Amino acid sequence: MIQRLFTSPDPFRPSLARAIGSYIILGFWTFVVLFPLYWLLITAFKAPIDVSSGPTYLPWIDFQPSLYAWQEMVQDTGVTFITRPYTNTLIVGLVSSTAAIFIGTMAAYALARFEYRPKIAIIGMFILCLIGAIVLIGAGLPWPVGLGIMGVLFFVLAYTVGRRFSAAMGNSDITFWLISQRMLPTIAVIIPIYILFQQLSLLDTRWALIIAYTTVSLPLVIWFMGDYIRNIPIELEESAFIDGASRYLVLWRIILPLAVPGLIATFLIVLVFNWNEYIMALFLTRADAQTMPLLIAAQNATRGPQWWNISLLVLLMIAPLVVLAIILERYIARGLLVGAVKG
Amino acid sequence: MAQSFTSTNAQTQTGGAPSGQATASLWARIVRWFEQHSAMVLIMPTVFLVLMLSIFPLIISLFLSFARFQFVQGGFTVAFIGLRNYQKLISGSEQRKFLGEFSEPSLLAWIFGGILFAAMGYLVIRYLLRRQFSITGIFFRAIGVIFAGALIWLCMVTLSGDGIPGTLVVTFIFVFSGVAIQYLIGLGLALLVTQNLPGKRFFRVTFLLPMMITPVGIGFLFRMMTDTINGPFSPLWQAAGLGDFSWVDTPGGARLAVLIADTWQWTPFMFIILLAALESVSREIVEAALVDGAGKIATFRNIILPAIMPVSFTLILIRTIEAFKMIDLPQIMTRGGPGTATETMTLYAYNQWRALDLGLSSAIAYFLLIVVTFVAMVYVRVIRKRVVVD
Repeated sequence: MIQRLFTSPDPFRPSLARAIGSYIILGFWTFVVLFPLYWLLITAFKAPIDVSSGPTYLPWIDFQPSLYAWQEMVQDTGVTFITRPYTNTLIVGLVSSTAAIFIGTMAAYALARFEYRPKIAIIGMFILCLIGAIVLIGAGLPWPVGLGIMGVLFFVLAYTVGRRFSAAMGNSDITFWLISQRMLPTIAVIIPIYILFQQLSLLDTRWALIIAYTTVSLPLVIWFMGDYIRNIPIELEESAFIDGASRYLVLWRIILPLAVPGLIATFLIVLVFNWNEYIMALFLTRADAQTMPLLIAAQNATRGPQWWNISLLVLLMIAPLVVLAIILERYIARGLLVGAVKG
Repeated sequence: MAQSFTSTNAQTQTGGAPSGQATASLWARIVRWFEQHSAMVLIMPTVFLVLMLSIFPLIISLFLSFARFQFVQGGFTVAFIGLRNYQKLISGSEQRKFLGEFSEPSLLAWIFGGILFAAMGYLVIRYLLRRQFSITGIFFRAIGVIFAGALIWLCMVTLSGDGIPGTLVVTFIFVFSGVAIQYLIGLGLALLVTQNLPGKRFFRVTFLLPMMITPVGIGFLFRMMTDTINGPFSPLWQAAGLGDFSWVDTPGGARLAVLIADTWQWTPFMFIILLAALESVSREIVEAALVDGAGKIATFRNIILPAIMPVSFTLILIRTIEAFKMIDLPQIMTRGGPGTATETMTLYAYNQWRALDLGLSSAIAYFLLIVVTFVAMVYVRVIRKRVVVD
């Protein structure tokens, strides 16, 4: 049987010795990947004494599985201790990923099919007016007044002086600019976002996280979906337009169904990033909108590392993503490859 | 290039509206407006969000980095202090933390630094010998050479002898060694899995798993793993006589621990995309090369490697950019210690924010932005045209 498996005429089928060597290396990496996860799983079912008195490896053989952590985390601290951050993570993750896919695909489609020529002079004026507004507000004006003055000034300038300039950006410039937003270190923008949300009294709400996560996910979506959409032949749409379909109907009925593999891959990647996001949540939430990564990180500070509780929380948090990854694995590589490769 | 559109069409869409003629025609007008301006409507939400949460904060951040920001009762005060925050980082009280402690470069540092300087000089001289140089070309190359030279010199003086690397060099260590190790392991595993071995799908799914786990969780997980007393490998440590050795108490051990955790988490990303790239390499060409008697190594170098180069280029760029933002792993595993041995720039900026020094925090963040942009630009400019054949 084994002989037949390894001596097929296929030149890609490795020889027996090579196959054994490959299996040893692959087996080693499987161990590297799975052993920490196994340790996480058993630690979540250990009593404190089994954790802190030397390593124990096998349930029922060198330690008795116990529901100690479950009792402590779920019963003693009250149900909302876990359920509130968990629902926050769930809602924020799903809503922001969906919104990012929706908005980002719209933009990616528009950039693939329309031609934009925004004038550089007008963009410059806009930024100058924005700086002017910030200076005015910094000088003590209430923010609606400052923004209003500079908004009016911008429109006046744009419609009088702006028309005289002709240098403009093309679609590839816009795409590059949008994607390069991913290069922005979160830490460089989070303090002003904190102040902004404080002024809008959005701090410590799910809305703050949803808006922030949607924005940071957009570059990835535009990047992956842009190439996916450019690979869809334009003829399909043209025949629909001849039949009198609207732009939005074409996007909804023709483009989206064809892009499903890319959408799934992009959604999963974006969801993973948003589900696990830490630093923005750290700045923007306190108690009400706290997410799971913060709850887990907080176990560090408050009571010293209680490994059984931490393991349990991590386990609960990663379970949905692991299941999703196993189900959707085949889409990830395919979808990403088409999108990201030609980037 | 707005799509032309007939009003009859708009009416057919709203024909079912039960309300009167006036509202129907208003509705039809709205529909038609949206149809005619679809190019704007589709892109506006993105532009609005990016303006509000990227461009606007970026301007404010720049402003803050030139200021002293203080929370007072019921609000905050901002005092403009010019370049003092930056000056503090480069030559003032924060220099030791940001740049590190200098010492005489060792012989090894001279050799490595010399090679890098020589390579840089070679590129510049070759450009000048081409005789078609432009003023802007020389200008940007001069900036690049000065910046890169300063960074190489900084690495040379802080990584040898009694030098202590500051957060800038620590970030570089994590980014470059992490990305290189992850790429090599990912490529190796992908090459092994592309062979037609039974159980391929099992490996594909298993190797993907670490990517799904929150970095905070991975930080705790690897603190358990590296625990020499209660961790799973403690018998091995006891046998080696290192029972009371603690990874996080030595700079090298702490960095290695963070690096291992980072590699565990991000190798899957490299692996899964390289695997897809390898599988899309045409089998016929590889087969033909093998049949024609090309060795395995020659086939790999001449056929497979060029085919996966564009993917590798993008992949390394994404990972490098993301790696510069690392904060969760060092924060959970070592809190940046011992000293600044594992303190990345993002963690440093966060700590300054915690200390309510928003101005300095913004200055650090801006430095990080400049460094990331510089590295990405150099990478794209220097590597792309040499490696990726479009």
